[in-house]
Amino acid sequence: MGADFLWTTFTRLLGALDVTLSVWALSIVLGAFIAAGITWMRGSGVRPLVYFAKAYIFVFRGAPLLVQLFVVYYGLGSIPAVRASIFWPFLRDAFDCAVLSYALCTAAYQSEIFRGALAAVPHGQIEAARACGMSRVTLFRRIIFPIALRQALPAYSTEVISMTKATALVSMVTLWDVMSVALKIRNDTLVTYTPLIVAGAIYFVLNYLIARAFIAVEHWLSPHLRARPN
Amino acid sequence: MSTVKFIGATLASTVLLFAGAAQAKDWKTVVIGMEGAYEPYNLTDPSGKIVGFEPDVAVDVCARIKVECKIIAQDWDGMIPGLQAGKFDVIMDGMSITDERKKQIDFSIPYTQTPAAFATSKSSPLAKLAGKVISLTGEKAAGDAAIKELKTALKGKTIGVQVSTTHATFATETFKGVATVKEYKTTDERDLDLKSGRIDAVLDDQPTIVSMLSKDDAKDFTTFGPEFTGGAFGVGAGMGLRKTDADLTAKFNGALKAAFADGSIKKYSLKWFKIDTTPR
Amino acid sequence: MNWTTALGFGDRSWGPAMVEGAVMTLLVSTAGLAIGAILGSLVAWAKLSGAKFAGAIGEGYAALFRGLPELLVVYFVYFGSSALLTAFANLVGIEGFVGVPAFAAGSLAVGVISGAYQAEVFRGAFLAIAKGELEAARSVGMGRWLMFRRIIAPQVLRFAIPGLGNLWQVALKDSSLISVTGLAELMRESQLGAGSTHQPFTFYVAGGALYLLLTAFSDRLFEFAEARATRGMRREAH
Repeated sequence: MGADFLWTTFTRLLGALDVTLSVWALSIVLGAFIAAGITWMRGSGVRPLVYFAKAYIFVFRGAPLLVQLFVVYYGLGSIPAVRASIFWPFLRDAFDCAVLSYALCTAAYQSEIFRGALAAVPHGQIEAARACGMSRVTLFRRIIFPIALRQALPAYSTEVISMTKATALVSMVTLWDVMSVALKIRNDTLVTYTPLIVAGAIYFVLNYLIARAFIAVEHWLSPHLRARPN
Repeated sequence: MSTVKFIGATLASTVLLFAGAAQAKDWKTVVIGMEGAYEPYNLTDPSGKIVGFEPDVAVDVCARIKVECKIIAQDWDGMIPGLQAGKFDVIMDGMSITDERKKQIDFSIPYTQTPAAFATSKSSPLAKLAGKVISLTGEKAAGDAAIKELKTALKGKTIGVQVSTTHATFATETFKGVATVKEYKTTDERDLDLKSGRIDAVLDDQPTIVSMLSKDDAKDFTTFGPEFTGGAFGVGAGMGLRKTDADLTAKFNGALKAAFADGSIKKYSLKWFKIDTTPR
Repeated sequence: MNWTTALGFGDRSWGPAMVEGAVMTLLVSTAGLAIGAILGSLVAWAKLSGAKFAGAIGEGYAALFRGLPELLVVYFVYFGSSALLTAFANLVGIEGFVGVPAFAAGSLAVGVISGAYQAEVFRGAFLAIAKGELEAARSVGMGRWLMFRRIIAPQVLRFAIPGLGNLWQVALKDSSLISVTGLAELMRESQLGAGSTHQPFTFYVAGGALYLLLTAFSDRLFEFAEARATRGMRREAH
């Protein structure tokens, strides 16, 4: 009986993994685009844009994700003007709403990561490239981007793992991810710990795999930092 | 004294501090769990006090069996686990008496019986569906016909219910493959989604629906379709107690019978539900 | 009622409840950070001491709570702590249910998560102490407790302040998850107000604004603390 229950719980939770992973992937990607915009604004030197970017980062990093989620899902949904707007078909759907809210949140963190990474590019290299007459596009593509990418990876890995853990909150806005299914099993069967432990194991393995993947990418991108083969 | 003894003593005294929450078997205080968010059965006013039909009934029957009752708030999805863990001794939250639940807990005699009702937007085609109160156990043929009609009307639509309720069970079983059923932790969240148009209909106890519709922001909404009793909806709402507290259940049953006899429960029912919901 | 009445301080208004919620959030986050500091320093100590077994346990604890969703930890601690305490109480002979108050369970959850990250902060802070100072202290014959009190602890605290400031913000945000246990902190009060008045936008934005206020205020506090703690310290040339 125990093993049976364990197996059904496990398969049911795995079945919900697609919701967890889609929210996770879509919000990170969407967040990256928004973050690129915010970082650009922050570094633009144009006062209003810089202020907006700083304010955006402050708000979306300072408020708890749960509050942000509820503002976007329940808050916006209760405003008649929003319901009449073109955004409504998008905001109406719980999944889309959740992805939007998460993307807005991760964008603030990613923007800071991008900013730090860009600042870490040695200025000497940029000067040298310009002295050679490199165009701005080539400069970005060949010098800034690769170096910044490598710099950003450790912090980015932390943020990506943060996002996996954050997806558990979609259980609070009617989405059936791993967390909600685990809680439902607990409520229906009154078995308290098994569903939570199995869910925890799934999240833990997921995060472990992501961490390993990032380490592999970092390793691949930094051959110059490894010891010379003897 | 030695470190071990010191740690042991500190732990023991800490536990004794918490032991104030442990009850004696001769009932002096009874802790009752309610949501405080299930108007008009129970709701929380801004001062934090839980008021409503059930607090009134609770205070009444507790006085009859000479215990002091303490009402605490508990989220609906943690009700039965909380009772089993001992967080409180009684559940009073419009909890329908069903065979499924009887496997886990005991119930008092029902103190209220109301049908389940649907609600939707006045501009929805669903609003045209009329209906009457049908008992799913007593009037099988009428019940089946009504359900068939509902299935056609609700095809492809979304119904909102609260998790782990008889309404959730009924909706997911009956409308499987026909309509999408969305489950919410609280009725407030579900009603918000109804008002914003995310879901097409909601299913809940009739007094709760009526209470929701009576508020200003629900003037564009109305009930529709049949109202069901019996079947998956149980035989009325009762107090939920642990199986090991049969003595307390018996005491409350006696108190409830007396409260019915002298019309107290009818009084509270009229006050909060505007109708008499005494079980037949 | 319009939003000014809903959030005001009148008779049927939720202003007081929201402020109380904010205070509760502050208290629970502080308690959580404190618990995390105890756990974090224990783990850091275990890892630094070189003792294989203790270090492994510390590393395991940190890895576990860095890899689990915070919401899951909150539920687990909430369900589990009462069960544990009741079992313990029954052993000692106390009948019936012994409840862990929501505040204790909540701060424990926040603390257990925070500790996993604070371990790294403390470890890094300790490693930043100039080796020369520790060597000098030992060569003069300073006792271990005196060395800890005079050299290690003050400097660890000083180096840890930036990291701790960060983790404080995290604790503040994690505390919003404790709302699922029913504790009357800020998130919970926002939910109750939103549910009662059917004005979710008003209440969740107000709740968010209060969180931001707490964040901004504590930011200032930590900046001040860092400035005071590092006064007189020679800054390396960059």
